[in-house]
Amino acid sequence: MSERGDRIAALKAKATERILVLDGAMGTMIQAHNLDEAGFRGERFANHACDLKGDNDLLVLTQPALIETIHRDFLAAGADIVTANSFNTSSISQADYKLEASVADMAHEAARLARVAADALTTAARPRFVAGALGPTNKTCSISPDVSSPGFRAVTFDDLRLSYREVASGLIEGGSDLIIIETVFDTLNAKAALFALEELFDDMALRLPIIVSATISDRSGRTLSGQTPEAFYISVAHAAPFAVGLNCSLGADQLRPYVAALSGIADCLISAYPNAGLPDALGEYRETPEETAAHLGEWARAGLLNLVGGCCGTTPAHIRAIADAVEGVAPRRAAPHEPRLWLSGLEPLEVRP
Amino acid sequence: MSLPSNFILIGERTNVAGSARFKKLIAAGEFDAALTIAREQVENGANIIDINMDDAMIEGEAAMTRFVNLIAAEPDISRVPVMLDSSKWSIIEAGLKCLQGKGIVNSISLKEGEAAFLDHARLVRRYGAATVVMAFDENGQAGSIEHKVAIARRAVALLTSKIGFPASDIIIDPNVFAVATGIAEHDDYGRAFIEATRLIKQEMPEVHVSGGISNVSFAFRGTNGFREAMHAVFLYHAIEAGLDMAIVNPTQLAIYEDIPPDVRERVEDVILNRRSDATERLIEVAGRYRAVTETDVPAVQAWRAGDAASRLVHALVHGIDSHIVEDTEEVRQTVTRALQVIEGPLMQGMSVVGDLFGAGKMFLPQVVKSARVMKKAVAHLIPFMESEREAAGERTTKGRILLATVKGDVHDIGKNIVGIVLQCNDYEVIDLGVMVPMNKIMDVAREREVDIIGLSGLITPSLDEMGAVAREMERRKLSLPLLIGGATTSRVHTALKIEPGYSGPTIHVPDASKAVGVVGQLIALDQREAFATTIRADYEILRVKHARERRGDDRASIEAARANRLRLDWAKAHPPAPTFLGTRVIEAFPLHEIAALIDWTPFFRTWELAGAFPALLDDPVVGPSARDLFRDAQAMLARIIDERWFKARATLGFWSANSSGDDIVLHTSDARDAPLATVHGLRQQMRRDERRPNLALADFIGPHDLGVADYLGAFVVTAGAEAETIAADFAAAHDDYNAIMVKALADRCAEALAEALHARVRRDYWGYAPDEALDNAALIAEAYRGIRPAPGYPACPDHSEKRSLFDILDAERIIGVRLTESFAMWPPSSVCGYYFSHPEARYFGVGKIGLDQLTDYAKRKGISLAEALRWLPGNIEGDGATDAAA
Repeated sequence: MSERGDRIAALKAKATERILVLDGAMGTMIQAHNLDEAGFRGERFANHACDLKGDNDLLVLTQPALIETIHRDFLAAGADIVTANSFNTSSISQADYKLEASVADMAHEAARLARVAADALTTAARPRFVAGALGPTNKTCSISPDVSSPGFRAVTFDDLRLSYREVASGLIEGGSDLIIIETVFDTLNAKAALFALEELFDDMALRLPIIVSATISDRSGRTLSGQTPEAFYISVAHAAPFAVGLNCSLGADQLRPYVAALSGIADCLISAYPNAGLPDALGEYRETPEETAAHLGEWARAGLLNLVGGCCGTTPAHIRAIADAVEGVAPRRAAPHEPRLWLSGLEPLEVRP
Repeated sequence: MSLPSNFILIGERTNVAGSARFKKLIAAGEFDAALTIAREQVENGANIIDINMDDAMIEGEAAMTRFVNLIAAEPDISRVPVMLDSSKWSIIEAGLKCLQGKGIVNSISLKEGEAAFLDHARLVRRYGAATVVMAFDENGQAGSIEHKVAIARRAVALLTSKIGFPASDIIIDPNVFAVATGIAEHDDYGRAFIEATRLIKQEMPEVHVSGGISNVSFAFRGTNGFREAMHAVFLYHAIEAGLDMAIVNPTQLAIYEDIPPDVRERVEDVILNRRSDATERLIEVAGRYRAVTETDVPAVQAWRAGDAASRLVHALVHGIDSHIVEDTEEVRQTVTRALQVIEGPLMQGMSVVGDLFGAGKMFLPQVVKSARVMKKAVAHLIPFMESEREAAGERTTKGRILLATVKGDVHDIGKNIVGIVLQCNDYEVIDLGVMVPMNKIMDVAREREVDIIGLSGLITPSLDEMGAVAREMERRKLSLPLLIGGATTSRVHTALKIEPGYSGPTIHVPDASKAVGVVGQLIALDQREAFATTIRADYEILRVKHARERRGDDRASIEAARANRLRLDWAKAHPPAPTFLGTRVIEAFPLHEIAALIDWTPFFRTWELAGAFPALLDDPVVGPSARDLFRDAQAMLARIIDERWFKARATLGFWSANSSGDDIVLHTSDARDAPLATVHGLRQQMRRDERRPNLALADFIGPHDLGVADYLGAFVVTAGAEAETIAADFAAAHDDYNAIMVKALADRCAEALAEALHARVRRDYWGYAPDEALDNAALIAEAYRGIRPAPGYPACPDHSEKRSLFDILDAERIIGVRLTESFAMWPPSSVCGYYFSHPEARYFGVGKIGLDQLTDYAKRKGISLAEALRWLPGNIEGDGATDAAA
């Protein structure tokens, strides 16, 4: 545990010195290997009752070497932090594959594989860190899936809290240094994850840094559940996150104003890892490493960033270009705010003295 | 507003303890209407809304959950933060679990000691909210300045030092208590709040202060104008002392500067406790306030200032009937013949209505209200016209239209609406009513020399009857245009099954708004031929397309479909037994219980206002019209309940039952040796594989040969025939608007009664879901176990199966619902169906079946193939009728 304590201290120290680089997309890297149904099943799930092709998170159990290699590729390209392959690892999301019973194993292995890769490339001067990922799940806690029944909810706060708790416990035990709640489209889901983490930290008598990263659903500049970036920040600020940010969403050029809005209000660090542009008509991300890096380099120079990486469609080549682009650029320094009462609905409300 | 711009208003009306209207709506389950109160608060300037569900008669946790979830779906409300207000922690926590934003908990306190206080505060923080701390400790609620400040100091110190709660997230409520109550100890309450606020803000500048303002004037209940003045004065001084926010009604805020100086001074004397006789002096001016409000006369509306003719036009366009008789009379006295009033301003007004309706700027409910005004005006004029030897019929209209609901069918709301819309457009309408035999239609058409015949029907057998009417018109060599309308009719069916039988123009009219255009083109002699030719060409294209499509027959054989039936695991199944076998009747089902379960979306569809309730109330286009309609509907519903207009009755029964092939056999007793009736079923016949079985309802019932003790239920419910009588009374009083309204509400009540009874069945009578607790939205979404399919609808499309259902329930004798020759139910506001309990039971559509299954089905039922075809017009491949809509 003290080893982890040292790493957390190192993470916090490094973040004050320079812009830290996150990794790129796991999903598109896995797709490139064109695994078939048997590949996804491996030996352990050869007789599983339903199709497993497409369950990328399961690969930490059935194709561990592949996942570890992808982590190593991103680290070699210059990532300081690798994210465990656990985006959909939760009993709620894995219900689609009838794999609820394997979630604890998956979470543990996801973190462990990232840990092995990170430790292999760590040097005294360049420590590498593991972020356990908590995805949004496939259900929304503050939106009804049925337009004619707006009060209905497919999932409750407590369902999410318990599900997140199971995953987070595996991710921490598997060796995560920090937790990233990512692609938040419904802030209430994220609040359930934060609640679960607080409970878990109390029980385990430790505390990991948390990054909360939302996704903007379209050019309205709001989350799927309707919040502005500022309202999102106010809604998660009680957890005293290490960083807040945006990921996925739009390409870097459309995302910039919303990152700037967050940077203006948040007194923690800012993270951003956009997609490689917007998908084209075939659903492919076409932005080149140079194009993505050019945008993010400009953000860094404008003082918006503390952590930066890539989401859908970004490869090790993108991460290398991004790492080069932010090399030597000073990290953002938040202007400390006077303490004041911030509230939020879909929009922020400041109670001024 | 004289309030400072950074002052925060917290809307107080979404509070069951403070708003009788809100409480009534919540208690009745009318959450959607309750949402409008929240919206009003935000629209009127509330920066935060306070929600309180503390009432002995309301299940607070469930109500809080549901209301906060519903708010989340309303961006114009949920843009602001929510204050969760309850004295019960569990209700607050229920709300916190539904709130994505950062809200405020109202409240926690030291009432039960430090441990409970800090436990709650930790959770507030963990849920990501700010909190109000009430000035309340182990010794009670603080009244004095010193006690208030001491509690604030202690609470803030505990929160910030023990659990790191940010001081800026703490809001102290130093307790607003009533003043001028006549009790001397209360005299200083206003001043104590204000001075405590000042001291708290000085000593702890990061902390905020709030209060519930309306408490201060509690002694003056019933004089709202005066209370507003007291609130304005109290707020003025409290804000000046440092108050950051207040719980108020933002729609009723007086402006401090607007209060008459002498009143203001006396209020200040009380609030600031400046004189010993302040209360008596205040009561003097309060009495004056009351006198003023009571003599306050509503201003004369501007439109009344115009001349009588322009007032008539205005009344028609806006559907206002309050002055229509006097205005009509005034215009009549200025003209030589009463008819000129109709041909002048009345027709002018109706033509404006018609134009606006045609342009989509007016909607059906408004048009029907305009028609009501028109009818009342005409009714006033008729005696004069008769004495002028001018019968109403002598007047020349644009044309004469005969409307009828065909034999065997009783549904007429849509037809009545079409009639009204046509009358608004100056057509004469002869409405023959419901269940009209074809001979009567032909005879009246000939005698009255009508220009067009319109047929209406709702149930599938009516499709067949309409085809028969068309063929009879051909046989009688008529050439009048024939219009086809009603819920199960369609362009395709008209093209395939009706139009080929009749050589005159035959046109499907999908709704009332289309009727005027169609009729207009058919009446104008120079347009009729071109229009009819275009329609005929369209229908020919439809027929060709349809013939081409049906060549690719995609049916499986009935044997293959049966082999791919749904195979439930009956070996391990123990179907639940109902609490009784045989039938039971429920007389006078409570109407308020029914009303709470109404699904409003179809109600608006009846009025041709498209969209899902409640979102359509806020639709930028139809919203205003929908809101007016909804308000009128709520008002009538209240009368229906209070004055017991309807006698809602139900009969239901359960029987031992087993599947036998695609049928279900009911037995007289659990011995299962004496068959009582057979429910004949149809099976889906589309080509499918084992992943998607070919369903029949019988699949959900345990088979006979496995010896499973399974059961089937059945029911008939009705909102009663009273609605028909009341509608007739309204129509006789020239009030079609309310005539349609009462029928539409009766239909909704019958559906809601079916829903209510089904819930009782699941919880009590069958009892397989005793703990089910679903709100109306979940009921509408059918988020429960078991189904209640109805004969004539997609899962069992044969209406004639109602016969045996009615027989085993003895429904005609017991609750007075009978079947027409087409198996429509009379009274029309009735619903029947079967109950299935299996957790896998679900709704489906049988869809198109093959001739092989139809032949087998006819044999099982003991009817001819031709008769089987007649009852299943929508289910035979290549027939062209659409499946019956549920």
